[in-house]
Formats: sequence, structure tokens, C-alpha cells
Amino acid sequence: MIPDGLLYSTNHEWLKVNGKTGRMGITHYAQEALGSVVYIELPEAGSRVTAGESLGVVESVKAASDYYAPVSGKVSAVNGELPDSPGLINEDPYGRGWIAEIDLEDPAELDGLLSAQGYREMLQKEGK
Amino acid sequence: MEEELKKTPLYDLHVSLGAQMIPFGGWTMPARYRDILEEHRAVRDRAGLFDVSHMGEIMVRGISAEGLVQGLLTNDISGLEDGQAIYSPMCAGDGGILDDLLVYRLGQGRYMLVVNAANTGRDLAWIRERAGAGKGVEVEDVSDETVLLALQGPRAVEVIRPLVRFDPGKIDFYRFVWGLVAGARCIVSRTGYTGEDGFEIYTAAGDGERVWQALMESGKNHGLLPAGLGARDTLRFEASLPLYGHELNEGTTPLEAGLGRFVRLDKGSFTGREALEEQRRRGLSRRLVGLSMTDRGVPRAGYPVLLGGKPAGTVTSGGYAPTLKAYLAMAYVPSAVKPGDRVEVLIRGKKCRAEVVPLPFYKRRKEA
Repeated sequence: MIPDGLLYSTNHEWLKVNGKTGRMGITHYAQEALGSVVYIELPEAGSRVTAGESLGVVESVKAASDYYAPVSGKVSAVNGELPDSPGLINEDPYGRGWIAEIDLEDPAELDGLLSAQGYREMLQKEGK
Repeated sequence: MEEELKKTPLYDLHVSLGAQMIPFGGWTMPARYRDILEEHRAVRDRAGLFDVSHMGEIMVRGISAEGLVQGLLTNDISGLEDGQAIYSPMCAGDGGILDDLLVYRLGQGRYMLVVNAANTGRDLAWIRERAGAGKGVEVEDVSDETVLLALQGPRAVEVIRPLVRFDPGKIDFYRFVWGLVAGARCIVSRTGYTGEDGFEIYTAAGDGERVWQALMESGKNHGLLPAGLGARDTLRFEASLPLYGHELNEGTTPLEAGLGRFVRLDKGSFTGREALEEQRRRGLSRRLVGLSMTDRGVPRAGYPVLLGGKPAGTVTSGGYAPTLKAYLAMAYVPSAVKPGDRVEVLIRGKKCRAEVVPLPFYKRRKEA
């Protein structure tokens, strides 16, 4: 449940880089830990975000949790399906449950993210 | 120093079923086995089985037992028959709610009080203090020797039927029988905390696992799922059943909480009576209402409720109501606020509009 070819943050977001844009969402592990997602607060398209800062809030039945921008840049698109179908984050976290696309400001930031292997090892180390 | 969390006799079973365990009221309890929404739907549509052995059971026995219990509670237990249960708040002298509980009349001068886990110790001390010594009444905490399972949902009667020799469908609401369930001696009570039909089953700690397994096995044909405290909370919230620590606390009276029908000022003396009488006479300054979000947002316990842009109340429980597919809240607001009124809930600094709606949010359809 940790696809190769994506990059991962220590906050359990994934990033799929396509040229100068990255599409992000939360990982399978994160959605499972949250449980059923019932609401999401999306970032505003066009806003500028900074790596590591809160991008929005995802709410499960029990609690609200922030999710974070894996890279800095301008939010170029958000997944308009999510407000009406937040459960897509549980059903298809790497596909239809994507959250936002960010125009990369500094490609060097990608070096700070984990590979699938690195993320797998991090989860193992944390006993997850 | 942090006290070690208590485990119910079914702890190992929950872990083996893959439950996510969480601390609750001094206990480590299953929050969910797989998915809260799935467990919630199972209870609304079919059946769910909960281990709620964290609840406290206090036995009150003796020739003065009835007088003691009657003096502790706001509801009137004098008309209770053997095999009957009743819900009641228990108040302090100022009318503040110490706990809300079920009283079972086991026999003449024999009552079982079922109290909230987090309050068991305090309740016990409160009750013992009022019982005094050598006054013809004995107060005993049997919580650790008791397993309590809640079998809830429209299929509950059919799930338990093959395991008992009596007709479970003939037990009226808020009545109970002593009987064998899968060979174990149990109290089978037609009560619950989900807004559905169902039973609460009390048995000895050593028999708990056998009864659980038998119910799970029988429930296979009925789509029964084990359900955790997460679903218990969403279910009771939809049914607008108050939860101690949220809607109820020492700073709140039963009248404010909408529990007036469980306060019997006509029954004679009880602790808190004068204060409640006074409050009823003067009128309430605040009361519990339902809110339904009209803007997008999830209201949560503790969020401020705004009237005309100004803080005027607080959300006590809130969230997504799975059966009603709406974002709802229970909140204390000034008593002039009425269903249909518009308010706002402050969600992470954002004012989100909501409408005041009648409680309960959810009421099951009863078969004719």
C-alpha cells in the first residue's frame, strides 16, 4: 500500500511529480489511522503554500487533523470531488482521493522527501 | 502519577479481533474494530455487539435501600416492580448532575445502579456517605465481577433467541429477566444507548467471553458486527442521548439538559430538589438544543455558538451523523433560542451558519 514512484513526507502525505507540478494526497496508512473521513477543508486554488505548513484539515468521525504541504508553491488545482465525497480519501487515497496540485517553487525541496522504500522503513521503525 | 488503565475480561478478545484500543473513563476500550461508519450502519440496519463492561454496577440492598435510592435520584423509583428498570439523573444539593444512571429493581430492597465508568468511584463514595453505617442498607461495588454486553439493532431479538429458553421479544422496553444465555446466568434487559431496539446483558466476569462468542456465532446469519465506543458515540449522538462529561456535568441541571421528565418534584424529598424546584419556578437561562449546519463544517465539542455574531453558548457534542447524513451538534444556548432560529458555530476561527432543530435528531420507526 506504498506505491513506488511517489515521494512521501514524514507527515504521511504523498506527492506525485509531473514536470513542474506535484499532485498530493494522504497515504493509505494515514487514511487508515484516521478512519472514515467525513469532511475535508481544501486549500484555496491560487494560494501560495510553504512546505511543512498546514494545507487544510481532514476530519474523520472522531477528530480533526491537519494535513501539510509536502512542497512549497502555488496551489494550481484542488480535487473538487472531495467536498461531496470525502470518503474517496479512504477508498482510493492515491487515486480519486487526491487532494491538491502544487506548482513546484523549488525542485530542490524534493530531495527532502522520502522514497517509497524510505517511507516503508520509517513506518517499520515506528512499529506501524 | 498516571493510573494504569483497567481492562475488561474481554480485552484479549478485542485485541485478537484487531480492535483499536483507546483510554476511556479509566479503562482501555475498543474504539473500533474496522470502521466506525460500518459498525454504526450495522447497528441501525441489523445488529451490533458492544462490550461496555467499563460501566459501573453498584448493588444497594437492605430494608432501607428503597429510601436511600429514592433520596439520591430525581426520578421516582417507588412504583418500580421487580424486573423493571428506570433512568434517572443523580444530583448534588445545588441541582448539578453528579451522574446519570439506570436503576434495576432486582427484588424487594435490592437495587442495581448502573453508572458511568469515570464516575463509579465518586458515585460509590457519595452513595456510601448518604447510606451511613449500620442503617439497614449495604452498598457494594460489583463492577469488576460484572461483564456488560450491549446487543443492539433491529435484529437483536432474533440474534439472542436461539441462545435462550424464554421469548426475548416478550421483554418489554425497560424490563429485564434473569435467565441463561448460552448456559450462563445473565440479566437480560430491554435497554440500550443507541436509539435502536436491543438488550443489555449482565453476566459474571468469567462467563463474559462465552456469552460474547455465542452471540457473535448466532449473529453471523444476521449481519451482526462487533462495535466499539466510536460507533456507540455516533449512535447515541444521533439519538440525542446525553453523555456524561459532554451534555451532563456538575455545573448543569437535568432541567437545562432537557431531562425534566426524569425529575419528579412531586415524589417527596431528594437531594437537589429545592434547587431544581427553584430553577423550575424562575425559569431556565440556558438549555440544550440541536443544531444542523447549513454551511459546510464539522461542529465539535467545545466550539463556541454565536448569536448575532457574539458568543452565546457552547457545543457539547457534534459531528457527522451517518444515518442522517448531516453535520449536527448539541449545544447549550440561551433559553429564548427556538427551533428554526439561525445561529453560527465558530469552527477554527470561521463563522459557520447553523439552524436550531428539535431533539432528538433520530428516532427509530417502531413496528406496529
